Amino acid sequence: MIIEARKVFKSFKAVQAVKGISLNIAQGQFVALLGPNGAGKTTMVEMIEGIQKPDKGEILIAGKNWKGNEDELHHLIGLSLQETYFIDKLTVQETLRLFASFYGEKKGRVAEVIQLINLEEKKKSYVVNLSGGQRQRLALGIALLNHPNVLILDEPTTGLDPNARRDIWRILLELKKQSNTSLLLTTHYMEEAEQLCDYVIIMDNGSILKEGTVEQLLNDDNGSKTVEFTLDGIYESIDSDGMLPKIHWNQTSQQGMVLLNDIEKDMKAFLALLERNKLRLKNIEIRRKSLDDLFTSLTGKHLDE
Amino acid sequence: MNKFFKAKQLLQLIEANFRELMREPAVLFWGILFPILMSLGLGAAFSTKQDVIRKVGIIRTTDSIASDTPAIKNFLLKNACKEYHANEKTTYYSYKIKNEKLGNSIFLFQEINWKDAIVSLKRGKINVVMEEKNKQISYSFDPSNPDAQLTYIKLTKFFPSNNTYVSQENTDNIKLLTLDGTRYIDFLIPGLMAMGVMMSSMWGISYTIIERRSKKLLRRMVSTPMKKSYFLISIITVRFVMNFIEAGLLFLFAYFAFGIHIQGSIPALITIFLAGNIAFSGIAVFISSNTSKTEVGNALINVVVMPMMILSGIFFSYHNFPDWFIPIIQKFPLTIMADDIRGIFIEGAGFAETFIHCLILSVTGILFFIAGIRYFKWY
Ligand SMILES: Nc1ncnc2c1ncn2[C@@H]1O[C@H](COP(=O)(O)OP(=O)(O)O)[C@@H](O)[C@H]1O
Ligand SMILES: [Mg+2]
Repeated sequence: MIIEARKVFKSFKAVQAVKGISLNIAQGQFVALLGPNGAGKTTMVEMIEGIQKPDKGEILIAGKNWKGNEDELHHLIGLSLQETYFIDKLTVQETLRLFASFYGEKKGRVAEVIQLINLEEKKKSYVVNLSGGQRQRLALGIALLNHPNVLILDEPTTGLDPNARRDIWRILLELKKQSNTSLLLTTHYMEEAEQLCDYVIIMDNGSILKEGTVEQLLNDDNGSKTVEFTLDGIYESIDSDGMLPKIHWNQTSQQGMVLLNDIEKDMKAFLALLERNKLRLKNIEIRRKSLDDLFTSLTGKHLDE
Repeated sequence: MNKFFKAKQLLQLIEANFRELMREPAVLFWGILFPILMSLGLGAAFSTKQDVIRKVGIIRTTDSIASDTPAIKNFLLKNACKEYHANEKTTYYSYKIKNEKLGNSIFLFQEINWKDAIVSLKRGKINVVMEEKNKQISYSFDPSNPDAQLTYIKLTKFFPSNNTYVSQENTDNIKLLTLDGTRYIDFLIPGLMAMGVMMSSMWGISYTIIERRSKKLLRRMVSTPMKKSYFLISIITVRFVMNFIEAGLLFLFAYFAFGIHIQGSIPALITIFLAGNIAFSGIAVFISSNTSKTEVGNALINVVVMPMMILSGIFFSYHNFPDWFIPIIQKFPLTIMADDIRGIFIEGAGFAETFIHCLILSVTGILFFIAGIRYFKWY
């Protein structure tokens, strides 16, 4: 295991940010820490990065504790923080060169990384003039400078448009193919976790709700399906009328959602319910359950709330 | 190998800090141009000679048109011009003595009765009163007022007892006291140099540290194998170099524009300059050791910088402050530094005078630095 965390706790004055989280990451594994804002993701990864100290519990990187092994562990890890600004009036190339010197990397590595993060055209631009996506790619490039054994990225694509986000995904997927680096990534985008990671840990309120491979998480109810529908007319609420599972009706978007465990049986019941209440379907969509649906069924809220 | 790449970290950090500094035009303005402009402005303001105005009352005893003071009136009609000062609602006879060397003197004579003359004397609106009786001129003034004394002495030259008067002052036998080092600019430049070190160290170092902390760059940098001390050393080194350049340029400017010389020991000057840099760098690191809010940083810097700027005798001598306060002022690092640089510049001082001060400044800086590092917030 490249990262082991055992029953880690961390509190701030009024908040218990992390309440007994354990996790293991094997060499080469890509793991997502998926959860909404305030779930405790940043606190957890910063403890793994040695930036914050746990109140209780143990964290081992490559079998070693942070205490007394800082220099060695810093060489193993590459990271990007949730938000960092670099030196405004330094160019991309100069910034990378500065960080490369911290790791004792050669000049050639800077050129390699610039190519890897696809910033050749911008290598002579000041950091302050980069777009959000370019800045995130620079942060990723800095994290990759030292050929890290573990890459830890805190919300690397938050606030980026879909194209910029996909650029980052592409770099990470390439990395997965080419190297044996492990990745621990925090995000509240379920697509990001699904696209990039072998293993997903869903957390909320400082605790782990559920974890597993994407397949395990989505199929553990024997292929349950999500039905989304809209209706003719405007409704404040839809009475589930004793039917299970319950119908979630969103009044603002005038959309309904129901998770069907046994599609054949439950679908009939659902249609019968509509007919009984004289509700006319305008649109209906049946799709595979998503991580967000899972999160909603566990907490009653959405990941991006 | 390990040592070598650690040294490279330091070089890269210094290079990065230098680039950042040089790409910020405001830095060049405030660090280099501003002190030069200030020396130019203040130097010029205090070296143009001002007109000295001396107001004299002439007592009239009658209201008749015919003058009852013929000797004085004669002199004034011949030499002075009559002018009405609307803001004071008074007519003056203005008599100007031109003098390039000492500055012009303007005598304003005003006809007045005794009662008003006394009031004006008390208010300092005039400082000598003249009276003429039977061609005999008499003067009244407060003998404890040196300005009045001087006016009186000058007046007796225009109105000698035999009534012949000299129209222009003879300055051939007056020597101006313009030895090297007695002008205001000689006082000002060493002070500006010391102040430059304080300002640029405090703002440059503290601000850089606090800003990097608030932008989480500090936290990002120390989660690499970067040696923490190098981070601070690089910022301080860049400041040292900038301070030398700034002070050097200011001196060169003052040398060519005002003919300023260093009369004392140059090695001693460099040493006290270095010691001052150490002192203020240490204080700057201490101030910025904990906060990540630039506003707090600004306030802290001002608390340190403002009193010294005002009290340490940079622009005006601190010897006008109350006696009990002066020994306190003399313990401020800026005072120590400014006084020593000034001593070297204008009194020809050397290591003998400055050595202890260099030691005090360096130790102060190092102690603050250690205390700052002890509580330094890297994350
Ligand atoms: N330095 C801190 N001081 C006080 N509270 C904090 C601090 N850091 C995080 N928290 C609190 O801990 C909780 C978890 O925060 P965080 O780890 O940043 O969550 P996430 O990264 O999942 O959004 C939040 O309620 C947050 O307000
Ligand atoms: Mg976060």
